[in-house]
Amino acid sequence: MLHVEPGLGALKHVSRFRLNASALQWRPNYHMYLRAWVIAFPLFAAFALGAETIDFKKQVQPILEQRCIECHGEKKQKSGIRFDRKSSVFKPGDSGKPAVIPGKSSDSLLLQRVITSNDDEVMPPKGDRLTEQQVGTLRAWIDQGANWPGGEDEKVHWAYVKPIRPAVPGVSKSVINESVISRKANLSPRARESKTASLVTPRHPIDAFVLARLQKEKLKPSPSAERATLLRRVSLDLIGLPPTIEEVELFENDKSPRALEAVVDRLLASPHFGERWARPWLDGARFADTQGYEKDAKRSQWPWRDWVIKALNADMPFDEFTIEQLAGDLLPDATQEQKVATGFHRNTMTNTEGGTDDEEFRYEALIDRVNTTWQVWMGSTMACAQCHNHKYDPFSAKEYYQFMAFLNNTADADKDDERPTIKVFGTGQEQHLAELKDKTKVAQREFSDAAAKPEIASAQTEWERRTVEALTNWITLDPTNFVSSGGATLTKTASMSIEASGTNSSNDTYTVVARVGAGKVTGLRLEVLESGAKKVLGRHENGSFVLRQVEASLDDRSLTFADATADYSQKNYSVTNLLSGKGNGWAVDASDNSRRVRRSAYLKLSEPLELKEPAALTVKLTHTDKNVGANLARFRLYVTSVEQVGPPSSLSNDLREVLLLAANKRGNKQVAKLKEHFESIAPELKPVRDALVSAKKVEKGFYDSIPSSAVMQAVEKPRETYLHLRGAYLTKSEVVNPATPAVLHPFRTNEPATRLTLARWIVSTNNPLTARVTVNRVWEQIFGRGIVETVEEFGKQGEPPSHPELLDWLACEFMEPTLRNDEARMTRDQGNSALDVRHSSLRQPWSFKSLVKTIVMSSTYQQSSRVSPELAARDPDNRLMARGPRVRLEGEMIRDQALTVSGLLSHKLGGPSVMPPQPEGLWQVVYNGEKWETSKGEDKYRRGLYTFWRRTTPHPMMVSFDAPSREYCVLKRNRSNTPLQSLNLLNDPAFVECAQALARKVTAKKDCDSRQRMEFLFRTCLSRTPTVAELDRLTNLFEQQLANYRSDAKAAEKLAMSELGKSTDETDVAELAAWTVVANVLLNLDEMITKG
Amino acid sequence: MNPFLHELNQQSLLASTRRQFLGRTAFGIGGLALASLLNDNAFALEGAPANSMAPKTPHFAPKAKRAIYIHMAGSPSQLELFDPKPKLAELTGKPCPDSLYKKERFAFIKGVPKMLGATHKFQQYGKCGMELGELIPHIGSVADEICLVRSMHTDQFNHAPAQIFLFTGSPRQGRPGMGSWLTYGLGSESQDLPGFVVLVSGGKTPDGGASLWGSGFLPTIYQGVQCRSQGDPVLYVSNPPGMSGEVRRQSLDALRDLNQMQLRQVGDPETLTRISQYELAYRMQSSVPELMEIAKEPDSVKEMYGIEPGKVSFANNCLLARRLLERGTRFVQLFHWGWDSHGTNSGDDLMTSLPARCKETDRASAALVKDLKQRGMLDDTLIIWGGEFGRTPMNEERNGSKMLGRDHHPHCFSIWMAGGGVKKGFTFGETDELGYHVVKDRVHIHDLQATLLHCFGLDHTKLTHRFQGRDFRLTDVHGEVVKGILA
Repeated sequence: MLHVEPGLGALKHVSRFRLNASALQWRPNYHMYLRAWVIAFPLFAAFALGAETIDFKKQVQPILEQRCIECHGEKKQKSGIRFDRKSSVFKPGDSGKPAVIPGKSSDSLLLQRVITSNDDEVMPPKGDRLTEQQVGTLRAWIDQGANWPGGEDEKVHWAYVKPIRPAVPGVSKSVINESVISRKANLSPRARESKTASLVTPRHPIDAFVLARLQKEKLKPSPSAERATLLRRVSLDLIGLPPTIEEVELFENDKSPRALEAVVDRLLASPHFGERWARPWLDGARFADTQGYEKDAKRSQWPWRDWVIKALNADMPFDEFTIEQLAGDLLPDATQEQKVATGFHRNTMTNTEGGTDDEEFRYEALIDRVNTTWQVWMGSTMACAQCHNHKYDPFSAKEYYQFMAFLNNTADADKDDERPTIKVFGTGQEQHLAELKDKTKVAQREFSDAAAKPEIASAQTEWERRTVEALTNWITLDPTNFVSSGGATLTKTASMSIEASGTNSSNDTYTVVARVGAGKVTGLRLEVLESGAKKVLGRHENGSFVLRQVEASLDDRSLTFADATADYSQKNYSVTNLLSGKGNGWAVDASDNSRRVRRSAYLKLSEPLELKEPAALTVKLTHTDKNVGANLARFRLYVTSVEQVGPPSSLSNDLREVLLLAANKRGNKQVAKLKEHFESIAPELKPVRDALVSAKKVEKGFYDSIPSSAVMQAVEKPRETYLHLRGAYLTKSEVVNPATPAVLHPFRTNEPATRLTLARWIVSTNNPLTARVTVNRVWEQIFGRGIVETVEEFGKQGEPPSHPELLDWLACEFMEPTLRNDEARMTRDQGNSALDVRHSSLRQPWSFKSLVKTIVMSSTYQQSSRVSPELAARDPDNRLMARGPRVRLEGEMIRDQALTVSGLLSHKLGGPSVMPPQPEGLWQVVYNGEKWETSKGEDKYRRGLYTFWRRTTPHPMMVSFDAPSREYCVLKRNRSNTPLQSLNLLNDPAFVECAQALARKVTAKKDCDSRQRMEFLFRTCLSRTPTVAELDRLTNLFEQQLANYRSDAKAAEKLAMSELGKSTDETDVAELAAWTVVANVLLNLDEMITKG
Repeated sequence: MNPFLHELNQQSLLASTRRQFLGRTAFGIGGLALASLLNDNAFALEGAPANSMAPKTPHFAPKAKRAIYIHMAGSPSQLELFDPKPKLAELTGKPCPDSLYKKERFAFIKGVPKMLGATHKFQQYGKCGMELGELIPHIGSVADEICLVRSMHTDQFNHAPAQIFLFTGSPRQGRPGMGSWLTYGLGSESQDLPGFVVLVSGGKTPDGGASLWGSGFLPTIYQGVQCRSQGDPVLYVSNPPGMSGEVRRQSLDALRDLNQMQLRQVGDPETLTRISQYELAYRMQSSVPELMEIAKEPDSVKEMYGIEPGKVSFANNCLLARRLLERGTRFVQLFHWGWDSHGTNSGDDLMTSLPARCKETDRASAALVKDLKQRGMLDDTLIIWGGEFGRTPMNEERNGSKMLGRDHHPHCFSIWMAGGGVKKGFTFGETDELGYHVVKDRVHIHDLQATLLHCFGLDHTKLTHRFQGRDFRLTDVHGEVVKGILA
């Protein structure tokens, strides 16, 4: 199998092996570097020494560009030689010899001049000589034939040419012999009829293409998989869930030729189909429940996810599916659903970190949309052209930004609240909201009627009088003594205020003494006044003050305050702090001018004083030491005798001022505001007011409960789109207009260049990429590998298709079907009568379900996945499909399957994402206080697709099984095989819980003996019947553990009940524990987590 | 082993070897094999096929086999610890010259800041006479092992982007960190522990969060595994309640037997890999708890590090790191929070908080150097110690705070390294006399990354991974190996 090539002089240390091209048509650059230890192990002798194939663009061109073209390029062609064009390199220069003679390095001037020992001749004349390695690269390149891909001789790459439906090939009967096809005896009539001919046409076109290739490789297809295995495979592929034992038995006993098709039709009609097929689409669409970047806050985007599931379940044709997601909002009379669909491109990340430039991150999102659109629909790495013309594919940087111009006209702009969003109403919800609105209106009317009554007006008058009294009935104190402990100079002004100047120590204490006349005293007021030219309130450098405490004493008796109110307190600096001196104190953040207005603190005495004669009141004002120098700048003191000390706290500053105006000086608006305020507090109105508040609350509550989803919305005024040099946000260059790349099918210029026309251009049947890329991705999901292995890259850097004609046939069939809905009927009736065909309609164009059905109905798909040693050697990756697919399940499927077989799975469709258990402490992010709050009830057991997806910390099980972070579009998941996965499946409480539930399911089989129970358990998990050896081994484990746990009841109880709690069953707990161990083993089997 | 299994085993070796190589097709020319480097018995072991974490060949002969990156999140002040500036001390209290701060974006400084000389003394350490702050005498005691770089600079002046930039080469999330690149390029030498481990102390995860050890677009197996101090040290490493180690072993025996039956029936080499991963998982179940048992170290070692068993501490993590490196882990990333010395209060100032952080870390940092040296591991272990940026030569005085503190400063900062591949007792690079800009031998973050890879025998321009059509690398499109510090 391995092909040995002689080593090449300069590259002796670099080796490679590659699969024999004639055997497999393997990709030519399947090269690798051999390690010295290989030689030490005879096992690897087959790799032997070979030569690396030089990649011109990666290895040779950079040398020519860096070291040669300055003198031999577009500007100068010294000696008539230039290295920037393919044609000139192989043509004779001034010397009459070409610089490069393919295959002959020693005759090529290029090599001669770089290795010469003659210093006058050596090239390049300036700078260092080429390194030995560079010389080796050039030499090997020339000797390998000086392949210069591209250039002027280049043909258009296959992927950019529209697929043409290829003829279905015939194959030799011998290939079919002994294969699944003949065994099932369902050869097409034509195959049967042409027994004498050398070639037959297999019934299913897919099989024809695959068999034709196998025939070329002299390989035979594998027999059909066992029915149970096949049913499990097709169930996992179509709905992502395994079949029940009953379904297996039904299928095993259905001998009709339509048995499989009936199963496939049932699965296609299942609502779980959409869930299973949404998953890969969500990876590509980078759907998540958080915004990404540093804060990674939650967002509500799940209505879009549900849209995808519904669309797939409804088999929305792929072209519509595309158009609605890219431009649903632009469709005429766009429905709510069509708008929700546009969430596809609102899945981009939003940066809500403080201080970030929204426009910069809008641009980042736009870049992501361009890249993702090209990845998802056209399998192209357009991303390369963001910074420079694509190095391998025919896309220029200008074309990149021209494409961006289509997408650059949406209203979203990296806003924290994700706007624009829409409310997504469920059935009847809009109507219900309207009813609630009506109820609010009625309550509003009743309230207004009540408020209009004359007794309310008189109550208001009385309230105003009392409040004004509380505000105005203050006697200014005339300080007789005032000292600063911190050395500030305190001066009394004409208006009896005290002004501080001079030294401003870090926490000063002012003590003021003033005489209070005889009579009643109920409260004290401290008024803070504007000081100096800057009108500061405090002496802190930003103009603020922070007062810690106000203490007062009368003669020698200290006074206590019951309450404090203020007309303004800074957030977290409430005036009530003044009462105790604890906390932050009272402050007014007067750092900006608008807040530099006089403020008062009103302090109510705990017990009113009755002064028979005047007395000396001492007031001590203490400042806090936390904020340096935040001492009062100017203040005045008052006392009062009214019962209500200070304004009610509900009264705003504005209203306070209105109240202090004479009634005839108030404006209409002011009067209205005052009335409104009174109505909001009047005890007389309480019942109607409460009714109104409650109606509003119910309405708002319902409105808030309706989920929202971010959508695309066109901006009214189109934005200019620029070419950005080197891709950077700040380096705007020329303005560009919307256009699509020249290499692809033309964009209809008579239509407006909108997202909608762009979406139609993408799904045009003239687009050479979309259908191929889509069918390939579906193929990859089903077979584990794409026909083009690089599902994300159809360009020149991608892998060529293993079966190009099959790919094109599938793409054409997807767009313009020729097969009929009922395959079995077609088979029986083909070539028989046109009459019956009428009953089986032609499939719909772009039907996703039909595509899936076409693939799984092929015999290729139905083959056994057994790997014979020959196949393991010839085709380890199953590129030729001489056997059925066998691949590890993705994380979501592993979870869903364990929940299904254990009977725990919730079958609820859609809705907000849920939080099944995960270990404590995973969400520790510096600026984000959000928590993982484990879901309760059935939401603990939802399918993996509904697990809350936090981009910076996805669920650990998903991470462990290769899920991407969903920060960017990913089309192909890796399939790693790691010990962390093993630990996850062995010990994660979620899987232990499944094992416990399985154990109970088994012990509920009262009338079975333990061997029958074991078989039941095995079939529940793996669908197929166990072999005797398997049954023996499991029974052996069971008996061993039963003995084990019989001797340790406590351990048994823990193992059997730690997650699920006590069993209602009366089964012996040791038995339950032993079954739990067995179930845990089954859930971890290679076969269990593999689709085989 | 039966002949069929043996054959399958070989097939599997071929398949997985090929897969592993293809996974890194971008590995460039010059993949000189170094048999001596490869602790590669995984390939020879019966029934233990290679996996993506198996040791791989570097591009050229490496100096370091493993590394520990001690990241001081928040960024310690170079002007107190590493870069003495007598001239700056003379200017303390003077307004900052316009030319320095105008047009500059600071995180917090407003108005005209005042210059601030070192708030703690410097002294000479070691035979080499390296000048270091007296707050870190223990680090001073290993000065002759240290390569001090005073000329670091970065592009970012806020914590999260600067940290992400330092570890991934890009200020935005989504790229693989250096530990992922290293394990991707070189695999791990540990048979039963993760190849890339993260330890966090100081009470807070660094601002950059898990992105600092995420695998970005590389396969997730290259992601850093955080050894946690609450719950399981490695997720799901403990058996469920009621399952003893013995029962686990018995159940794994059954699992292996059944998987082998499957292998015989179906013949997929992947099954063989699965069997070996379950065995590895089993070994991790005992090796991880064993790893965490630092209390069992000799008293002299505990004393040297100053560990506090049962607590989350930097010293404990340093000792854990040594134990990990000893057991074959390729890269340990150790984070300690609390170095953000703004001087807004006594919890983040230069007079109280900085000495406290030094006290928490100085002894153990030095102990790590000494311990590795006495075990003969220092020569091929690279230690890097530093923050994500530097601190301003001006006092921050946020809101008029009287506490001394410095704002974020991307233009220069210092880090130190020791061990595999770097010079000893050596000081590299210079800043101007005010400690504002680098004036000699500038080292950018990408240069540091290139140098780190170089020490491991990797060419930073060739360690690439293709994603969305582009070859990505740790150093983006920049970075030069800092030859001046290489031994």
